[in-house]
Amino acid sequence: MRTIEAGAITDAVEKTFMEITHLLGDDLVAALEKAHREEESPLGKEILSHLLQNVKIGREEKMPVCQDTGTSVVFVEMGQEVQVVGGGLFEAINQGVGQAYTKGYLRASIVRDPILRGSTGDNTPPVVHVEVAPGNQFKITMMAKGSGCENMSRFSMLTPAQGRKGIIDFVVDTVRRGGGRPCPPLIVGVGLGGTFDQAAWIAKKSLFRRVGAHHSEPHIRELEEELLEKVNNLGMGPQAWGGRITALSVHVEKYPTHIASLPVAVNIECHSHRVRTVAL
Amino acid sequence: MPEFVRIRAPMDEAAVLSLRAGQKVLISGVLYSGRDATHKRMIELIQKGEPLPFDLKGQIIYYLGPTPARPGQVIGSAGPTTSSRMDPYMLPLYEKGLKGTIGKGNRSQEVIDLIKKYKAVHFSNIGGAAALIAKSIKKCDMIAFKDLGTEAIYRLEVEDFYCIVAYDSEGNDLYKEAMARYGR
Repeated sequence: MRTIEAGAITDAVEKTFMEITHLLGDDLVAALEKAHREEESPLGKEILSHLLQNVKIGREEKMPVCQDTGTSVVFVEMGQEVQVVGGGLFEAINQGVGQAYTKGYLRASIVRDPILRGSTGDNTPPVVHVEVAPGNQFKITMMAKGSGCENMSRFSMLTPAQGRKGIIDFVVDTVRRGGGRPCPPLIVGVGLGGTFDQAAWIAKKSLFRRVGAHHSEPHIRELEEELLEKVNNLGMGPQAWGGRITALSVHVEKYPTHIASLPVAVNIECHSHRVRTVAL
Repeated sequence: MPEFVRIRAPMDEAAVLSLRAGQKVLISGVLYSGRDATHKRMIELIQKGEPLPFDLKGQIIYYLGPTPARPGQVIGSAGPTTSSRMDPYMLPLYEKGLKGTIGKGNRSQEVIDLIKKYKAVHFSNIGGAAALIAKSIKKCDMIAFKDLGTEAIYRLEVEDFYCIVAYDSEGNDLYKEAMARYGR
């Protein structure tokens, strides 16, 4: 049995959220640079140049790239031969988030009750998912998920007869309805299959993939490519001020589903895409 | 046409009427921040007949909830939040003389109609360019609703604050025109 100290988890969570909020991943930066080269609209190009300057300021001055430092989403992949000692797993993560947002001058965006509202003061609690895997690995994926884009996410229970075309229409319509509100250029995460909850979760998980990386199965890869083309043909472009690059990439994940069902979840992510995986 | 139109905030009517959807503007002067909880409270004050923390006449509200300033900083990161969440609150604010708003994304037809009726303007700036935008904010003072934290009202002094006119006083719509131009 491998043991991991709860304190080491807290430290990793604190450090990661403090960093990812100002230091964007090289995959995202490369996608923005490519968009800047390819965008046809002069205004769209200008926006992308502002975004690249913003990325640089974030990196050099350790300033959050977006004032919405997000809901803290934490995904733990825990080997079944691992035991967390010296404290509870959730509490260790919760404490790491609270410390990161307080020490890092990050925005406390979480309210304690959806109806009564009222800030919790330190962005806790995070949304935590844990999956148990074989072996003794302990991996934590952390995402600072902005809500301007989260708010534009949608779900639909399609029928099997609606099939692939139904999926494409729903995804493209979701992006169209969002307009400039979720801060395009976007990363579009799509979850197909499973149940109501599973489709939403795998849509979120698809956003953990490197920006622009495709699914391994050819028919899903083709769907991703077709969705990207159709989304970009909307003509919204950066910030929906007009242009060809509405999305940087579309990621699709799937799961087996019921004979009666075709659940589709679309989780919208903005260009301030802050995600990192750490192994302990 | 010059690349940028320079305007002062608060705005006089002539300035508002001259602006057209799609024009790039640089704003200098004073903006007030406000977002969801801020608007809810301002509307409650208006309904109770109580005074607002600042006179809305000619003013611009920036839909902003910044990150906390580090020691030595004027303000933390300071990009726009989604405009349409403030749509349900707009009528009483225009009635009190509000002339401009800044945020990201499209607004409802109801608000576009109000902008036309009250001869106002809505600007968009770049969502997610928050560290860069903070550079054009030269002074920041919390003036009301301190308990709301990031949703308090901040009085912001800005210089060459980059925006685009999204909806003008004649009802023109940047978003609609832009999509029609680049859609295939």
